[in-house]
Amino acid sequence: MKRVKPGERVRVSCKVNGKAQSGFTESRTLLADFLRHELHLYGTHVGCEHSVCGACTVVLDGRLARSCSMLAVQVEGAEITTVEGLAADERLDSLRDAFSRHGALQCGFCTPGILASVSHFLSASQNPSEEAVRDMLSGHICRCTGYEGMIRAVMEFASGRREGASE
Amino acid sequence: MKPAPFEYCRPETLDEAVGLLAEFGDEALVMAGGLSLGALLNMRMVRPEAVIDINSLSVLDAIEMVGDEVRTGALARQADALASPICGVALPLLIAGLGHVGHYQTRSRGTLCGSVAHADPSAETALCLATLGGDVELTSTRGVRRMPVGEFILGALATAREGDEMVTALYWPGAIPGMRVAFEEISERHGDFAIVAAAAWAAPLESGWRYGFGLGGVEDKPLALRGDIVPVVESTEQAVGEVFDAIALNLSPMSDQRASADYRRHLAEHLGKQVLQSVFEGVAT
Amino acid sequence: MGDSAEDWVGGAVPRLEDAALLSGNARFIDDLSPLPGIRHVALLRSPYPHARIREIDTRAALELPGVIGILTGSDIAELTDPLVSAVRAPVAYYPIAVDKVRYAGEPVALVAAEDRYIAEDATELIACDFEPLPAVVDPLAALSKEAPILHEAADGNLIHEREFTYGDPATAFSRAAEVIKLGWRYPRQSSTPMETYGAIAHYETAPDRYSVWSNFQGPFILQPLMARALRILGNQLRLISAPYSGGSFGIKQGLYPYLVLLAAASRLLGCPLKWTEDRLEHLSGSSSASDRADAIEAAFDDEGQLIGLRYDNCVNVGAYVRAPEPASVYRMHAASNGCYKVRDIGVWNRLVTTNKTPIGLNRGYGGPQFYFGLERAMDTAARRMEIDPAELRRRNFISGDTFPYEAPAGAIYDSGDYAKGLDLLLEIAGYEDLKICRDQARASGRAFGIGFGAGVEPSGSNMAYVTLAQTPEERAKAGGRSGGTAVANVTIDPTGAVTVRLDSTPAGQGHETVAAQVVADTLGMRPEQIRVVSALDTEGGNWSLASGNYANRFASIVVGAIAESAGRIASKLRAVAGDMLEVAMEDVELADGRARIVGVPDSGIAIGRVAAATHWHPAGLPDGMSPGLHETALLNPDVLNAPDGADRVASAVTFGFLCDLAAVEIERETGRVLIHRYASVHDVGRVLNPIIVEGQIRGGFAHGFGAAMFEELSYDDDGNFLSGTFADYLCPTSADLPALDFAHSRTDSPANPLGSKGMGDGSSMLTPVVMANAVADALGRDDVELPLTLNKVWQMANEGSET
Repeated sequence: MKRVKPGERVRVSCKVNGKAQSGFTESRTLLADFLRHELHLYGTHVGCEHSVCGACTVVLDGRLARSCSMLAVQVEGAEITTVEGLAADERLDSLRDAFSRHGALQCGFCTPGILASVSHFLSASQNPSEEAVRDMLSGHICRCTGYEGMIRAVMEFASGRREGASE
Repeated sequence: MKPAPFEYCRPETLDEAVGLLAEFGDEALVMAGGLSLGALLNMRMVRPEAVIDINSLSVLDAIEMVGDEVRTGALARQADALASPICGVALPLLIAGLGHVGHYQTRSRGTLCGSVAHADPSAETALCLATLGGDVELTSTRGVRRMPVGEFILGALATAREGDEMVTALYWPGAIPGMRVAFEEISERHGDFAIVAAAAWAAPLESGWRYGFGLGGVEDKPLALRGDIVPVVESTEQAVGEVFDAIALNLSPMSDQRASADYRRHLAEHLGKQVLQSVFEGVAT
Repeated sequence: MGDSAEDWVGGAVPRLEDAALLSGNARFIDDLSPLPGIRHVALLRSPYPHARIREIDTRAALELPGVIGILTGSDIAELTDPLVSAVRAPVAYYPIAVDKVRYAGEPVALVAAEDRYIAEDATELIACDFEPLPAVVDPLAALSKEAPILHEAADGNLIHEREFTYGDPATAFSRAAEVIKLGWRYPRQSSTPMETYGAIAHYETAPDRYSVWSNFQGPFILQPLMARALRILGNQLRLISAPYSGGSFGIKQGLYPYLVLLAAASRLLGCPLKWTEDRLEHLSGSSSASDRADAIEAAFDDEGQLIGLRYDNCVNVGAYVRAPEPASVYRMHAASNGCYKVRDIGVWNRLVTTNKTPIGLNRGYGGPQFYFGLERAMDTAARRMEIDPAELRRRNFISGDTFPYEAPAGAIYDSGDYAKGLDLLLEIAGYEDLKICRDQARASGRAFGIGFGAGVEPSGSNMAYVTLAQTPEERAKAGGRSGGTAVANVTIDPTGAVTVRLDSTPAGQGHETVAAQVVADTLGMRPEQIRVVSALDTEGGNWSLASGNYANRFASIVVGAIAESAGRIASKLRAVAGDMLEVAMEDVELADGRARIVGVPDSGIAIGRVAAATHWHPAGLPDGMSPGLHETALLNPDVLNAPDGADRVASAVTFGFLCDLAAVEIERETGRVLIHRYASVHDVGRVLNPIIVEGQIRGGFAHGFGAAMFEELSYDDDGNFLSGTFADYLCPTSADLPALDFAHSRTDSPANPLGSKGMGDGSSMLTPVVMANAVADALGRDDVELPLTLNKVWQMANEGSET
């Protein structure tokens, strides 16, 4: 059993974006702060620190996690994918391209979390309805775009992927 | 907005987990999905001495049939339930209710037990459990006990859990033949906690119906009623009225920033009768 | 690709900003560590809306390991002077409470520590002895004699009052056939960008100066104000923008008092300090749009002509007047006639202090509150006079052949054809069909309503409009104020690479892309070949008092400065190339990356080579030509004059137009407002980039719709703040927004060489009132207020109406 006393600093090792990473943390250090300020993966953003806005969303052991409401000590041995890892995935190039062409981002602060959600959602849903996409995106707050461009981009990417698969 | 200091404990076995609870008692909080707890920690609205992270207790993630009941362990996530063939067949009401719980992202890690243990008056999972007449399993070093969810939830964010206990499972009565379910809610935005939620199920008896009916968000805990009804005339309207009145006559709705007691009372009737109508109408007698 | 086959401007050029944002490589303020030894700040904030500070005991907190230092208001007040505004009332505004707290969330103490966790721990160990005082949060209540007074040095809570008369409203009202009178409360809202405030401040002793990195968005007229508060000259205060900013919508203007606080604290504590606002701080303590207790009277003749208007604006500024306030009530002032011909107008403005957070820029700035009155009055008049609301507006529109049009309070509307825009709206919305739907729905007892709204969208502000807060005599005494200067710089370096420097501090609006489009067209290059630097550093000198990201300034003024500086570079390139090619400059064109002889595609020299010659071989340049390629344009639109003696002012450079229609049905049982149709027509002049323009319209609509339906910063009567989290302050999600149909009705602006108008605010200004009008029409009642929450709509739908 692992126990970390208040104020004690311990090393946490995990795999982030396919690479072994480790850094120091206290029991109370938030995962978002660990990713950003210890591992220097600043692509993950913090928007509310109370599990609502979705900006800090990452993929953790196959599930979506709000990294603001998880502790760094929880991810010992875990596999994490952040926006930097998604950027290295060429299969998502056309998703990013669609985001750009459809105006799915403006300030881009919420975008890393949204990309994490979209990639997770599309790995399970081959043929999503627009309603399902809208529902999935409702777990993120974006104040710039009005969301329409995101919905169009995700729908276009999903349909392009189906066509690609059937060829 | 960072948590106050605490000791972090990650037990590898259930014995270790309940041992920690025996050690810390009320001063420890159990973290499963962490979505509510994480926010409360960050806002320093809770300041536990220890956080007991149960995510390594993989034994608790099961969703399984136990006799006529479905048992969902403390790490069964909301998304797991939605994807589970067992829940799909045996717990159609839960499936209907879960569609209103949070968002795709929060359901990914959020657990069924965590939601019930948190005891928010508007939470859909506890409402479904209450409407079905399910139980909560509590474990401590003193042993395991089961209690009906109606006895477990005492009020807003208050439960009958002792300081050294943890919620280890929920027991859900499985669907009965011919059962129909309905779930409706009104919330300000998609995915918000309900202002009022209503759940109902019904199954035909030789004469009349067996039913369950529940309301969430109206009072400080879910209200539920189950029973058999044999209307004098076989009229859906009469059954709807009779069942609804059985709860509504003593209704004492909450009033807060979001909704007045009058509005809640009205929604309780509107949504309550809507779900009852829907389940009674569909069940042939 | 663009408007003509050769143009980049007008084309759907994907944004140059996106690659970094989509890959996690864009750097925001909280990502930066520009110096070694940075310490982290947490602020202790007042739990009381109003209280005297008896004593602050920091001893226990200072003993916590990791704490570097703690400062309170008295420390800061010794080193700084209060922040000033155009309001002359004796209201001293420091960035941290001194002696008294006046709103829940006001900073009381600053803790610097090794990290933010420890800093927050220390705030809990500070013992503050407060003497709670009665609080007041309602602006009308604050005017009563019994109300607690916030600033004892002032007479009361009314800290500014002015009355204005244009034309002869008294006569207009005396001959009116119908007078509409409405009064209402407008709620407090906030644009809540997803990135909160952030800053890093560093004081150096040799030389004596401050450097501050932040996501401050301007207006940079606040830079000399900050310097004055710090008792230094402007060149001792260097402001540096983070490379990217996570949204602003105006609110990051309200960051500047914190910059003063952090700068002073860095000096007092002797180390660089970093502060990142958290979401709870942002909601409770940053800035908000003003809540108001307003009233309007609108006089109509029997033909439905709007002949007179009277505005009674009672603005709750919160606890302090923070510059550029009181601009929010003066932004729309010069355009008090909206898009209508009416010329007899009275305006009564009162500013009131209460125990709420100070107000400031938020999307639409003053527009949502202004249009709520005017456009509610128009729809109410239409129903009362039984004239179709679209027709009523058409009768009153400024006619398309009278532009440029001088509005009664001094605004100069650059161009427009409002009737054409309205026709297009009715067509895309299917108005005739919607009316049939409404009739059918009503026949079966359902509550179906159609709401309209129309208005102008002022863009590119005159920095002087806020001086309307002073009388003409006071203005004369203070010295002249006018203008809205934009600064743009274009260079081509010795390798032939182009760099553009902007002064518009964007926060996601794609200014870099549009600037690249403009420069690419001018220089015959491709947008991706142009590097655009939008992060502003005041030490670079490339800024003016008007610089910053507000009032749709970019497409109205800044693009002109970009075109001007790029045009000068182009002229020089053509002159040098002409010399090299031995042809006249007039015979040289820039296209496809080459300086070539007009009409001879294969001729000429690569632009890079021409540019290189200006650097490497100045002696070879034509006689009298300066070396290098550096051009800075400072452009001040001529129209932006000082206010005249009759309080008329050309408040902005371009005036876009928009008109909207909402068709809704209300479920009486639940209070749900179901949107059948929402349509919007915009005149933004020439569309510079359709991806960006559509994004601004949709984003503005989302803000407007959220404000209409969900969003409110709530306080209880005792001044306690109730909207502290994103679970209480409800921003619309993807599942809450209805479909938006929009179209453009274009009239090019003569105010800049590109023909574009500023845009981005319009929908956030108009959507709230359009939704209110639709609900009012559905329920047949006049007393509709925002936000249209379920409980409120249900109550209105089921109780007696007050019309």
